[in-house]
Amino acid sequence: MSEQTVEQKYAPGTHPSLPPPVADRGAIKWVRENLFSSPTNIVLTLLSIYLLYAIIPPLVDWMLINSVFDAGSRNECWEKGSGACWAIVVVRFDQFVYGFYPEEERWRVILAFLLLIAALVPILYDKTPFRKLGLVFSGVYPIIAYFLLWGGLGLAHVESAKFGGFMLTLTIGVTGIVASLPLGILLALGRRSDLLILRVICVCFIEFIRGVPLITLLFVASTLLNYFLPPGTYFDLLLRVLIMVTLFSAAYIAEVVRGGLQAIPKGQTEAAQALGLSYWKNMGLIILPQALKISIPGIVNTFIGLYKDTTLVVIIGLLDPIGLSQAVLADSKWQGLSTEIYVFIALFFFVSCFAMSRYSIYLEKKLETGHKR
Amino acid sequence: MKVSRLFLGVAAASLVASAAYADTLSDVQAKGFLQCGVSTGVAGFAFTDDAGNWQGFDPAVCQAVAAAIFGDASKTKYTPTTGKTRFEALKSGEIDMLARNTTWTYSRDVDLKLSFTGINYYDGQGFMVPKGLGVSSAKELDGASVCIQTGTTTELNLADFFRTNNMSYEPVPIETNAEARQNYQAGRCDVYTTDASGLAATRATFENPADHVILPEIISKEPLGPLVRHGDDNWADLVRWTLNVLIIAEELGVTQDNVMEMAKGTDNPEINRMLGAEGSYGDMLGLPADWAVHAIKAGGNYGEIFARFIGTETDIGLERGLNELWTKGGLIYAPPFR
Repeated sequence: MSEQTVEQKYAPGTHPSLPPPVADRGAIKWVRENLFSSPTNIVLTLLSIYLLYAIIPPLVDWMLINSVFDAGSRNECWEKGSGACWAIVVVRFDQFVYGFYPEEERWRVILAFLLLIAALVPILYDKTPFRKLGLVFSGVYPIIAYFLLWGGLGLAHVESAKFGGFMLTLTIGVTGIVASLPLGILLALGRRSDLLILRVICVCFIEFIRGVPLITLLFVASTLLNYFLPPGTYFDLLLRVLIMVTLFSAAYIAEVVRGGLQAIPKGQTEAAQALGLSYWKNMGLIILPQALKISIPGIVNTFIGLYKDTTLVVIIGLLDPIGLSQAVLADSKWQGLSTEIYVFIALFFFVSCFAMSRYSIYLEKKLETGHKR
Repeated sequence: MKVSRLFLGVAAASLVASAAYADTLSDVQAKGFLQCGVSTGVAGFAFTDDAGNWQGFDPAVCQAVAAAIFGDASKTKYTPTTGKTRFEALKSGEIDMLARNTTWTYSRDVDLKLSFTGINYYDGQGFMVPKGLGVSSAKELDGASVCIQTGTTTELNLADFFRTNNMSYEPVPIETNAEARQNYQAGRCDVYTTDASGLAATRATFENPADHVILPEIISKEPLGPLVRHGDDNWADLVRWTLNVLIIAEELGVTQDNVMEMAKGTDNPEINRMLGAEGSYGDMLGLPADWAVHAIKAGGNYGEIFARFIGTETDIGLERGLNELWTKGGLIYAPPFR
């Protein structure tokens, strides 16, 4: 009792603010408010912790601790560890990336990929230095990529049949995305055009493509076209697929863009007309910039869908990563390891699709001009 | 966007006009390689090796044909085909021959206008059960739940088999072999049924293959073989006799190792005729006299190919069974080489 400290005296109103009670600050407060605020919340929190406990240690164990990276066959893997056999991904990595592309020519694929990034940067970011020059490069990139990938101009010819794995996914995905956007915008404009014949053609095209599953179009590309083409003509299968995928995605883009166009008040067009702007100037300067801005989430959504749909080509015998995994797992040395390969492929798709979706959010924020709806 | 020009470029590069299909051999010789349709992956029968080359029991036939024509098995190019695109690819001329686990049936032969050039594997639908079930015959499977791939002939065969034997079963529909393996191992079905070769390959992937038995009953006929399109009998003969040569080679003891030695001449007139030491049998096909030597040299005789890719020494572990030579109680039989 005698050690009780002497209470300091303060004039009314001069006492310094005390910190909040322990239970009402810092981590404890956060936990109480967010995790244990009500009986339901308590139950859910405990359940989640239990699930994490049940899932994460075995997963880490499987993926990292007991996994095997260095082995020549499945049996060797199973002898070395009880976890994932990543050795199959290590051994077959080149196959998954390049497909059957000749080994001595693979630098061309790498170069094409690096140039693709270089060509995309000026389009995606308007603060890129020397952007105008960059955009010219982006414009000619498809031609460069064509010669790099297929050969010509002194480079050895590589036929489409050698394409496979992730490079096939990227070839189909990027070509489809790049080509379908302008085509889709034109279709959307055509559908809203006053010119009857143009409008009817666009409507028929869009409705036909949207009414048919992509698989059907791919089958048409791979089998039916042979009946239409003159006998003895062989029309590259990959090219047929590229065309079909582009048309398919263009029809969807057209409808997304049309949604954006219809959201623009009529007054905008009328004002532009009153200023004496021609149709193309009106569209290019007034309507499309606003319409496309609204359409960004829908457009990116379509792109991501298209990108993932490229895996459907396995049905017509093009070996994208999924198709290759079938061929790889048929090797008696490796059969029975499907999980590892699917995790690996899923990771690749997640990274690319996540990047697309983040870019779309960045773009939306950048173009946000305060017209919150 | 310059993509349209890209398309034009690709289109121009890929519009390869080939002559009519009437003379496939000349076409193949002119372009310098054999275009062979294979599957997109069937354990042991067609797969890509670590270096990215197609290998397996089916591509081996293509390699033998390419070796017979060019003297070089590597002059083979492969087109992976799926169950849905394989016949169109063959009929449109995209591929010169198809070696892809294809069952020889009446309608495929007659209605689709394809020529099967022989049988390189006698398959049939079988059943696999866990040993713990204590079943030793498919006739004891009354009331069992069965994992079955939907939309296949195996589904129809299964229904027929249970009906004729007055038994009931509970189907567990699945899509792919991988899915079947998981369902079966998780105990969601008592029995897995598919082609016997597929069962053996699936069982080989289990941690304890010995805990599962493949029942002796085979309830369907699935003769698999290479095929070509109608309209070029010479080409069909070439493919047929390449396969026959591989079979005769096994029968007469000609192997990959000793074929060069034997080509110089032996005491056996049939070997001499086949390997070109006697007569001019190559001319009849429009090939050099030693065509069969190259075909055998490429991957060995039928038995060697079988052993290398799907035999008991491999993880697939298939017994020869029906695919043993006729002299040893199997069905593999080639007409005489004379």
